[in-house]
Amino acid sequence: MNKLIVSYSPHLHTNESAAKIMWAVFISLLPAGIAAIFIFGLAALWVIFLGVISAVITEGLLQRFNKKKITLTDGSAALTGLLLSYNLPANSPWWLVVIGSFFAVAIGKQIFGGLGQNIFNPALVGRVFLMTCWPKYMTNFMKPLNTGINFFSSLHYDALTAATPLMTVKEGKAITGISYWDLLLGKHGGCLGEVCILALLAGALFLLIKKYISWHIPIIYIATVGLFSWIFGSKGLFSGDWIFAILSGGLVLGAFFMATDYVTSPLTRKGQVIFASGCGILTAVIRLWGGYPEGVSYAILIMNAATPIIDRYTKNRIFGR
Amino acid sequence: MKFESKEFIKGIVKENPTFVLALGLCPTLAVSTALTNGLGMGIAATFVLIGSNIIISLIKNIVPDKIRIPCYIVVIATFVTITELFMKAYSPALNRALGIYVPLIVVNCIVLGRAEAYASKSSVSNSIVDALGMGFGFTLALLLISGIREVLGMGTFFGHKIMKGYEPMFIFALPSGALLVIGLLMGLFSLLKNRKT
Repeated sequence: MNKLIVSYSPHLHTNESAAKIMWAVFISLLPAGIAAIFIFGLAALWVIFLGVISAVITEGLLQRFNKKKITLTDGSAALTGLLLSYNLPANSPWWLVVIGSFFAVAIGKQIFGGLGQNIFNPALVGRVFLMTCWPKYMTNFMKPLNTGINFFSSLHYDALTAATPLMTVKEGKAITGISYWDLLLGKHGGCLGEVCILALLAGALFLLIKKYISWHIPIIYIATVGLFSWIFGSKGLFSGDWIFAILSGGLVLGAFFMATDYVTSPLTRKGQVIFASGCGILTAVIRLWGGYPEGVSYAILIMNAATPIIDRYTKNRIFGR
Repeated sequence: MKFESKEFIKGIVKENPTFVLALGLCPTLAVSTALTNGLGMGIAATFVLIGSNIIISLIKNIVPDKIRIPCYIVVIATFVTITELFMKAYSPALNRALGIYVPLIVVNCIVLGRAEAYASKSSVSNSIVDALGMGFGFTLALLLISGIREVLGMGTFFGHKIMKGYEPMFIFALPSGALLVIGLLMGLFSLLKNRKT
């Protein structure tokens, strides 16, 4: 018997699914991970592995415990774990990674009801939690390889440490020995996934070409940070080093892979523009005048909190009303 | 007059002042950093609650309706002053740790709430039982929150180190950790409540 199916709009369908998009983002992040392993050695691989595995196990256990459908294959937990590990120093102790992943999935996501219900980006929730709990371990960045340590000895936690370029700037010192090219390639201290800008851009390009993300949020976000850093430079107005501001810290990782999270960013183009410029302004303000050297994670989390209200005021007008 | 045991028990889970009625959250958030502070605050509030409930239940028929709140405040403030002076004399360290939150028991929503919602309408004996139950529930809640926060945030239990080499999760010593713990416990309590009914 033929039934007439009446459904709400939208009526257009594609064969995309949440799982397909999640795994696409996961794959697009892999170049940065491989670059991190080349830059920081085996330690980076260990942190990434632990992050992904513990996030997946947490998700599975919690869904089992809540008697929900177990949705490990949709890749969202694995992606959260991957993003969290990209936000950690390569020499993080194992328990830091495991607790962070657990917190990200349990408090950041499952407590709100799982995928699609969370207000905040789970990976960033995990990162900020770790940052508040153990700032000592979260700001203890490893030096890149070939500066006293080799590929295998990187697994020892007492490997040589280095300040990130942004930390150096915050202390009022001049950056020496790091060119823009080094920043692009990632030959400096920092969180393991954020350092190699070229690899991140390659992944981002893949997502843009496949139309899984639109250019609006990342480009406006990065442009706002660049603009503000140029205007409020340390040597007077309109003298800031905007190329340095864009290439250092977690800006590229945050802008392309975390601010664009479907669940926690606005739906309309107008909303996305407001969201991205808010992220940009907050990041620049925290970097320039705040207590922390880097503000990407806090900026994105604050704008995540504002997303429902942005969505409300930028709702598309219903035709005819 | 028979002893109403259900008036006592309701304060612990079903009408727990902190987790279910969500009263008196300000002192709960502020002083629940360590178990001793939580216990001290709980006992102080319970004492004030019992005293004020007795007096208010006694004077409920002579106080004119229009000025009842100021009258209650005067009664409560009397007991708070007694508590504060007592604490200053016998436990100055605790008094310093609790700080402004001892005098602020005067405006604690639990004390005023029970005076207005219960003691002003009930007999003296029932008011005492109600105050005991509510005070016990409040103390229990404080102990639960401050226990979790002290163990996780400082790695100590009543001031004693529990584990060697434990790296304290500093967030639980901060207000954000207090909100996190209270939120999770509130969820747990409503789960318990829903499961019973």
